[in-house]
Amino acid sequence: MTSSRSRVIFWRAAASVAWSVLLLPVTTALFAFLSRFSLFHPIQWISESFSLLYGSYVIFSLVLLCGVVLVVGVFNLEYYTVVPSVPCTKIALLGKVLHPQQSVHSLVHSMMGIMVTWCAATMIGGRYWILAAPCSEEEGVTGQKMCLNEYYLFFLLAGAFMGYSYSLLGVVRNMNYVSFQTIQQCKYLRFKGMLPQVVRYSAVQSLYSVRNYCLFYFFFGYIPRAWICTTLNVHEDSSLHRLDTVSGLLDFRLLYHLWLSGTFLLLTWHITLLLFRIFITEAYSFPVQSSFSEDVSQCLPKVLSEKQPLILKFLALQDLFLLSQQSLSRRMEVFSLSQPGGHPHNWNAICKECLSLLSDLSQRLVEYQEVVASNGRARPLSSHSDQRSTSSETLGMSLQILSIESRPFSSSSVNRFVGNVDPSSPWYGSVQSPHVMRRGPKLWTASTGRLKFAHVKNFLARRVLIMYLFNKLPEASSQALFADSQAHIWALEGLSNLVAASYKEDRFGVVQTMLPSILSTMLLLQEAVDKHFKLPHASSKPVRSTCCLEDSTFKTLRFALRAALKTAMYRITVTFGEHLHSVQMSAEHRKRLQQFMEYKE
Amino acid sequence: MNSLSLFPPPGPDGNITLFESNNELVCGTSLGSRQKQGWEPPSLLFPRESLKPHSRPESSSKAAFLDHRDTLWMRSARAWRDSGLSGLLDEIANCTEEEVPRWLTVGCSWTLALLRWVSSFHGSLFPHLTLSSEDMVAEFSQVLDWSDCAVRAFAWHPHTDKFAVSLLDDSIRIYNSKSATAPTLKHRLQRNVAALQWKPLCASALAVACHNCLLVWHVDPTSLSTRPSSGCAQVLSHPGHCPVTSIAWSPNGSLLLSASPVDTAMMVWDVAGESCVPLQRVGGGGVTFLSWSPDGSRVLASTPSALFRVWETRTWTCERWPCLKGRCQTGCWSPDGTRLLFSVQGEMVIYALTFTDAPGEPHGWSGSSKAAAIVADLSETSFSTSQGQVRVGGQVQTMAWDPRGERLAVLLKGDPEAPDRPAMIAVFKTRISPIFELLPCGFVKGESGAEPRLLQFHPHFPNGALLTVCWSNGRISHVPFFFVSAGGSVLNPGGSPPWPLPQSRAVENGERLLYTEMSS
Repeated sequence: MTSSRSRVIFWRAAASVAWSVLLLPVTTALFAFLSRFSLFHPIQWISESFSLLYGSYVIFSLVLLCGVVLVVGVFNLEYYTVVPSVPCTKIALLGKVLHPQQSVHSLVHSMMGIMVTWCAATMIGGRYWILAAPCSEEEGVTGQKMCLNEYYLFFLLAGAFMGYSYSLLGVVRNMNYVSFQTIQQCKYLRFKGMLPQVVRYSAVQSLYSVRNYCLFYFFFGYIPRAWICTTLNVHEDSSLHRLDTVSGLLDFRLLYHLWLSGTFLLLTWHITLLLFRIFITEAYSFPVQSSFSEDVSQCLPKVLSEKQPLILKFLALQDLFLLSQQSLSRRMEVFSLSQPGGHPHNWNAICKECLSLLSDLSQRLVEYQEVVASNGRARPLSSHSDQRSTSSETLGMSLQILSIESRPFSSSSVNRFVGNVDPSSPWYGSVQSPHVMRRGPKLWTASTGRLKFAHVKNFLARRVLIMYLFNKLPEASSQALFADSQAHIWALEGLSNLVAASYKEDRFGVVQTMLPSILSTMLLLQEAVDKHFKLPHASSKPVRSTCCLEDSTFKTLRFALRAALKTAMYRITVTFGEHLHSVQMSAEHRKRLQQFMEYKE
Repeated sequence: MNSLSLFPPPGPDGNITLFESNNELVCGTSLGSRQKQGWEPPSLLFPRESLKPHSRPESSSKAAFLDHRDTLWMRSARAWRDSGLSGLLDEIANCTEEEVPRWLTVGCSWTLALLRWVSSFHGSLFPHLTLSSEDMVAEFSQVLDWSDCAVRAFAWHPHTDKFAVSLLDDSIRIYNSKSATAPTLKHRLQRNVAALQWKPLCASALAVACHNCLLVWHVDPTSLSTRPSSGCAQVLSHPGHCPVTSIAWSPNGSLLLSASPVDTAMMVWDVAGESCVPLQRVGGGGVTFLSWSPDGSRVLASTPSALFRVWETRTWTCERWPCLKGRCQTGCWSPDGTRLLFSVQGEMVIYALTFTDAPGEPHGWSGSSKAAAIVADLSETSFSTSQGQVRVGGQVQTMAWDPRGERLAVLLKGDPEAPDRPAMIAVFKTRISPIFELLPCGFVKGESGAEPRLLQFHPHFPNGALLTVCWSNGRISHVPFFFVSAGGSVLNPGGSPPWPLPQSRAVENGERLLYTEMSS
C-alpha cells in the first residue's frame, strides 16, 4: 500500500524529468547559437548556427544529453530530503562530504560532466574536435606521429571538475533539501518566476568554476596531460602553447567557450533540479475519508500517521493546513462522525498525530535545554542525528557534541540507503524521558566510556587543527534542532485553523473534547520555545543566501515556528474569547493563557 | 443621480461632529453631553510646527562634504554602489582629461545620454517613474496631501485598543489603552513612512512601509521602555522594490504583501524567514495600493496606470480590470469579502464589484461580475448653511468600511484653490445582506480650518463603529457611530459573546435609498 502512495512521488519525479528533457533542445539551441558568437560577422554567425542545428552531431549530442538529464533526475529523486541534515561541526561536514554515498554522487556527476562537455566540445567543433591529431609539420617528423590536442583534454577535465564542484557545493549548501513554498502558485508560474534567477545563478557559478578550474589546471594540469600521453602513446605538441601557462590560459575564446559550456552544464542540471522541486512539492489533495476499505490507506489520517516516506507525511500535513484554511466541505468531513458507531475517527486521528508531533518537539527542546544547562557546556550525548556517518566516522561523529536530534523522522535518503534506523528503537518515536533517550544508539556505553571520552577530548583539545574541526558551529545546533519544523508549523496552523473553524462548523462538538489537551500541548511548546530563544546563538539571524537554489529556509524555521505558535494561540483565544475560561487546565497554563487573552505575549 | 444632494447639510461652522446617535450626526462644540463608555481613545494633537521633517534627501548634500580627490577607482566603485550604472557613467563622464582618456569620457557621456533617452521613453509610458521617490509616495499615498501632513500614517491594532501613529519627523508612536507609556519607534531606515499595519493574530508586530525597505517592529506590549531599540525591527528589502507605498497583512497573519510603484512585482513576504516571492505581472508599471479582503480570499492591487488587478489567494492568479478614466485610487472590501468598492482617479463616483462564488470551494473562480456598477455619485453639490454656500463633492482620496459593514466613510478631495470647497468626509450607511444598499448618513466636520487627511475605522468597537480621523492641524479625533448592528456579532472577528441589545433594525423610514441592488 505504501508503494501505491509512493507512486505519486515517482510519477511527479518522472514528469519533472520529462519536462527537463523537453526543455533540453531549447537550451542546446541557445548554446549552439551563442558558441558561434562573433561580433564582426553577424550574418555568418547566424547562418552557421542554423546549419549547425540540423547537423547530426547536435542530434547525437541531444540524445546523449537526454541520458545525462535522466541520470541527474534519478539522482535528484534518490538524494532529495525534506529534512536537511545540519552538520554541527566542521568534522561532521567533512564526514558528510567523504561519505561513500556522497562519493558515488560526486563520481557520477563528474562523469556526467565529462559527457556534457564532450557534447559541448563536439557542438563547438573546431579545435575542440578530437583528442589526438597528427602533429604539425614544423617538427619535421613524419605524419604518423600523433599529438595530443590539449584543448580537448582541457575541456573534458573542466567537465569533470564542474560536475564534481556541483556535487560538492550541493552537499555544502544542502542543495538536496527540498523546501515547500509559502504560497501555492501553479507550476508554470513558479517555474517562470524562478527561471531568470536560475540562469543568472548558473552563469555566476560557472564563472567561479572557470576561475577555480583555471587555477587548478595551472598548478596540476601537467599530471593528467602526462598520464594521457603515456597511456595513449601520443606526444605533446611543443609548437603550441601549453595551457598550464599564463599565456596559454589567457586565451579569451577558450575561456569564453569554457564559461559557456559550464553555464550550459549547470543550467540543464539546475533546471532539472528546479523542476524536480516544483513538481515534488506541489500540493496534493488526500481524501479525508473513503467509503471503500481498500482506499483507507490513501486517506489523510492514515498518511499523516505513517512515518515513511517522509515526503508524503509532509504533503499530508500541507494538505491538512490547506484544507483547514480553504475548504469548508473537507473540514466538515474532518468533523463528521463515523457512520456506524458515531465516533469522530477522522478528527481523533488527525488531532492525535498533530499533538504527538508538537509534544515530540517540546520534549526535544527540553532535553536540549537540560544538556546545555548542565554545567553550562555541552555534555557528550551518546546520540546524534547522522546515522549514515556512524559507519564511517565513528570517532568523529561521536565527538559531534550537542547534536541531539531525536527527530521523529530522520532523513529519508539516509534510510533508503543505509537502512539502519530501527523504527522500534526507543528514541525513534516519542521519547518519554531523557534517560530513555540516552539509551539510544550506543557509541559510548557506560560511564567508563564517557570518562575515556573526556580524556581523549582533553588530549585532542590541545591541537589547534583538531579544535578547529571539532568546535561547534554557532547556531548550527539550533538549526539542527528545528530542521524538520516545517511539519510542526503545518500541524500548528492546521490544528488551530480547525479549532477556530469548529466554533461555527463543528455540529457534534468533537473538537471540544480535545481542546484542553490541544491548549496544554501548545502552551508547553510555547514555554519550551521561549526558553530555547533565551539560549546564546538561538536568536541570532543567519546570513541570507542570495540565490533561489541554495535553499536556506531551514535556517530560519525556528523563527517561523515561534511566529506560527503565537499565531495559533491567538487564533484560538480570539475565536473562543471568554469561553476558554471554562476549559479545564492547570493554574500555570491558565495564567499563560490569560496573557494571550490580554494580548500581552 | 447625485448622491450628495440627499445628504443632510454639514453642521454650522465652529461646531465639530461629535457622534452619531439615533440615526443622526450630532454636532457641538465640546464633548460634554455624552457619557463615557469604557475606554475612550485619546484625542491627540501633533502640531505641525513641533515636528521637524527630514528636509534633505541623502544624496543631495553628498557633494558638499565628500573629498573629491579620491582615486578614480574609489569614486567609480562608490558611484556604482550608490546609484548603479548611470552613476558610474556619470562619474566617468565628468572626469578630467588627465585621469581618463578622452574617448572614454565621450563614450560614457554618449552612453549616458542614450540611457536617459531610453528611460525618458519608458517614463513617457509610465509618467510616474519620473517622479522622485518622495513625490511618488505623496502621489500614491492614501493620505491627502501626504508630504505636508503632520500625521502620515495611522493604524489601529486589529484586536486590542492600541494604535500606532507615524509622524512627519519619521517617528512612530504607539498608544495603548492598558499602559501609560507611549513608546516611540525610530530607526535609521525609517524614512517617508507611507503605511502602517499591525499583524493580525499577534500582539506585537507592526509592519512599516518605508522609503527603501519594509520594517517589521516587534514591540513588546509588556515592556516599559519608551524607546525600543532598532534591534527590535526586522528589515525586509528587495532590490528594485522601493519606495514601498502600500502593505497588507493577510487576515490570518501568515503573509505580508508589499507594493512599490516602480516594481511591477508585488512581494509576498514570509516575515519570519525574511524571504519573499515576487508575483510578477506585465503591465501597469508598478503596484500602488493593496487591500486584502477581510476573509482572506482576495487582494486588490492597483497600478499607476488605468488598470487594477484582483488576485485570488488560493493559487495566486489574477483578474485584470482595466478602467477607462484613470488609475484606481482606493478600494475597500465588505466584511464578508464578496463586494469591493473602489474609486478611480478623475471620476467622482464609487464603483462596486461583486464576487459571488463562495470562497474556499474549488469551482473555478469566474463568479465575479463582468462590469463594475456605479453605486454613488459624488459630484459637486451646494448646501446653503447659516454661513452661506458650501460646496461639497469631488474625487475620492480614500475610503473605509467599518468591520460590521454598516458605515462607509469616504474622504472627498476638495479644491485647494477654492476656500468654499474643502475636503470633506461623507459617511454612508450601508447594508450588505440580503441585498446591497447605500443610504446617506452625513458629513463629519472637524475644528474650523482643519481638513481631514486620513481616516480609519476601529476594528472592534462594541457599540457600533468608531471612525478615527487625522486632521490637517495635527489633531487625531475619534467619532463614534452608535447603532445597533443588524448582523449581531456575526462579523465580529473577536467572537465576543453575542450582542446584549435586542436585534432590531435602526429606524430608516422616510429615508431615501441612494443605491440598492433591487432597483439597479
